Amino acid sequence: MTAIYKRELKSYFQSMTGYVLTAFMVVFTGIYFMAYNLNSGYPYFSYVLLSINYILIIIVPLLTMRSFAEERKSRTDQMLLSAPVSLTEVVLGKYLAMITVFAVPCVIFCTFPLIIKSFGTAYLKVDYLSILMFFLMGCVYISIGMFLSSLTESQIIAAVTTFGALLLVYLWGGLTQFLPTSKTSGMIGMVILLTIVAAVIYQMTKNWMISGIVEVIGVAIVVALSFVKAELFENLLVNLMEKLYITEVFENIAVNRLFDVSGLVMYLTVIAVFVFFTMQSIQKRRWS
Amino acid sequence: MLIEVRNLVKRYGTHLAVDHLSFTVEKGQIYGFLGPNGAGKSTTMNIMTGYLGATEGEVLINGHNILEEPEEAKKCIGYLPEMPPLYLEMRVREYMDFAAELKKIPKKERKSAVEQAMKMVKLTDVENRLIKNLSKGYKQRVGLAQAILGFPEIIILDEPTVGLDPKQIIEIRELIRELAKKHTVILSSHILAEIQEVCDYIMIISGGKLVASDTPENLEKLLEGQRSVEILAKGTEDKVRMILKSIPEVKSADVKPGEEGGTTKASVIPTENQDIRENVFRAFAGADCPLLMLYHSRTTLEEVFLELTQKESAAVEQSRTKSDVEELWDEEELYEGEEESGDDGDL
Repeated sequence: MTAIYKRELKSYFQSMTGYVLTAFMVVFTGIYFMAYNLNSGYPYFSYVLLSINYILIIIVPLLTMRSFAEERKSRTDQMLLSAPVSLTEVVLGKYLAMITVFAVPCVIFCTFPLIIKSFGTAYLKVDYLSILMFFLMGCVYISIGMFLSSLTESQIIAAVTTFGALLLVYLWGGLTQFLPTSKTSGMIGMVILLTIVAAVIYQMTKNWMISGIVEVIGVAIVVALSFVKAELFENLLVNLMEKLYITEVFENIAVNRLFDVSGLVMYLTVIAVFVFFTMQSIQKRRWS
Repeated sequence: MLIEVRNLVKRYGTHLAVDHLSFTVEKGQIYGFLGPNGAGKSTTMNIMTGYLGATEGEVLINGHNILEEPEEAKKCIGYLPEMPPLYLEMRVREYMDFAAELKKIPKKERKSAVEQAMKMVKLTDVENRLIKNLSKGYKQRVGLAQAILGFPEIIILDEPTVGLDPKQIIEIRELIRELAKKHTVILSSHILAEIQEVCDYIMIISGGKLVASDTPENLEKLLEGQRSVEILAKGTEDKVRMILKSIPEVKSADVKPGEEGGTTKASVIPTENQDIRENVFRAFAGADCPLLMLYHSRTTLEEVFLELTQKESAAVEQSRTKSDVEELWDEEELYEGEEESGDDGDL
C-alpha cells in the first residue's frame, strides 16, 4: 500500500495538479477571508469555509478524475493487479494519496483563525472543528469521485459525472423541499425505492427469485402498514432524503456551531461505502 | 509442477475467449504460446497472472491457487503484458524503485535487485530519463525489467518483441535464453519464427482451445505421413509421367511443366510412408532422363500451425479467413511496430 500511496502522491506533485489545486483553493479562500474577516471584521473563519464550500464541486472532480480512469487507459492497472498486493491496498493507497493532497490546503487554512486571533477575539474551537468537517466533507466528495473514476476509462467522463454527482449532493437540501409530503406519495416513494433495491439485487445476483421475493415482501409490508399506521408515510420521503444531506453536517458546525456526531458517523460511513463500491467496480471488471 | 491450468473458460458476454483450456508447465523450460490474433493468448496470460478472473476453471501457481492465495501466487510471477504498464511521467529509476516496492522485495535487497534487472536489459544508460521520452524499444525494455525484477520463478511475457527492430529482437531473445537458465519463461507470440527460435515447448492455441502442445521437433513430425518427393527433371511431361508410372512404390504424382524450358517438375507421393528417393533416382537414370533436382519435402512447423489453426478457426470463427492467417507470416511483420488494438486484451 505504501508503494502505491507514495507513487500517487508524488505524481500529483510532479504533474502540477497538486500545486495548482492547492494554490487555487488557498487564493480563493484568501479572497473570501479578506472580504469577510479582514474587511468586515467578522470573527468566524467558518463563515469563509461555508462560502467557498461550492469550490469543492469544481476541485474534487479535477483531483479524482485520473485516479482509476487513467490507470485503466494506460493499462498500468495490469501491473497493480498482478502484483502481490490486495485490491483493498490498491484502492486505499490511491484514496489516501488523494485526501493527502486535499489535506494540504486544509492545513494551510489552519493559519487563518490565528490571523484573526492576532486582531482580537477568535473562536478557535469552532473554526478548527469547521476546518475538520470541511476536510471530511471533501473526503466524502473524493470517495464519490474515485468511485465514478473507476467506472470509466475516460478522464473527461469521470470529471463530468463527478461534477454532476457533487452538484446534486450540494443542492440536495433544496431539492428535498420539492418532494411531496402526502401519505400516498410516501407510499409510492417507498414502493419505487423498493423496486430500485430489487433491481440492484437482480443486477448483482442475476436471480429473479430473490429480487422478486424482496419486492413482494416489501410491497406487502408497505400495504400492511398503510392500513395499520398510515400517518407513518406522511413526510416520509422528505425525512428520509434529508438524512442524506451531506453538506448539512458541515453547515451545522459552520453556521449553527453544532458539532453533529451522527453526521460525523455518516461521513465516515459514506466514505467506507464508496471505497467499497470502488473495489466492487474493479472486481466486476475483472470478472466480466 | 510449476503451473497447472485446469479447464479454464473465459466468456466475454457471448464470446468465448478461452474454451476449456488445460495444461501444465514444468520447471526450467521456455514455453511458447502460439496462435493467431484473438486466439486467447493474452486472456489466458491475464488469467494466469491474476489480472482477470476466469469464468470457470482454476490456475495453480506453485501449488497456490491464484484466487485463494493471490499474494503467494503472484509473488512467483513476473509479468510483462502486451502493452508495457508504464507510468509515463516517471523516470526509469523511479519506476523501477516503485515496482520493487510494489513487489514487496525486502528493503535491503531493493537497490541491488533494481540494478541487476536494469543491467540485464541494458537500461542503466537511461535510468534518469522520463519514460515518456523513451523510444518504443526502450519502453519495452523497461517493461521487461519490471517483469524480471526480483527474479521471480516464473516470467510471463506477452508478445515481448512486438514493435522492436531486428537487433533488439535478437537481444531480447538472448535475454530470454539467459533467463531460462534459472527461471521458467512463458512467452506468447503470433510469429512462429520467434517461438521456434527460443522455445523448448510449444503450445498452439486457436479459438481459445489448445490444439497442439509438444516440442517443436515432435510437432513437425505430426504431418510427416504426407511427405512427398519433389523432383525436377529434364524432359517432357509425358516422359516423366511414364517413368513415374513404372515405379511400383508411387501412389500418385502431380506433374507440371517446370519454369525453365524443357523441364518438368513433379510432386510424388509414395504408397506407404517410405523413402522412395532412391527408387525415383534409379528409374530416371534407367530411362536416361536427367534429374536436375530431387528432395524430400519437409513439413515445416509453419504448415503444422496453419493446418491446426485453420481447422479450428474455420469451425469456431468463420470471420477469420485464410488470408488473415497467412498475413501473419509476412516477413515484414517481424520488424514492423504493429499496434494491436483490437486484440483479445481489450475488455
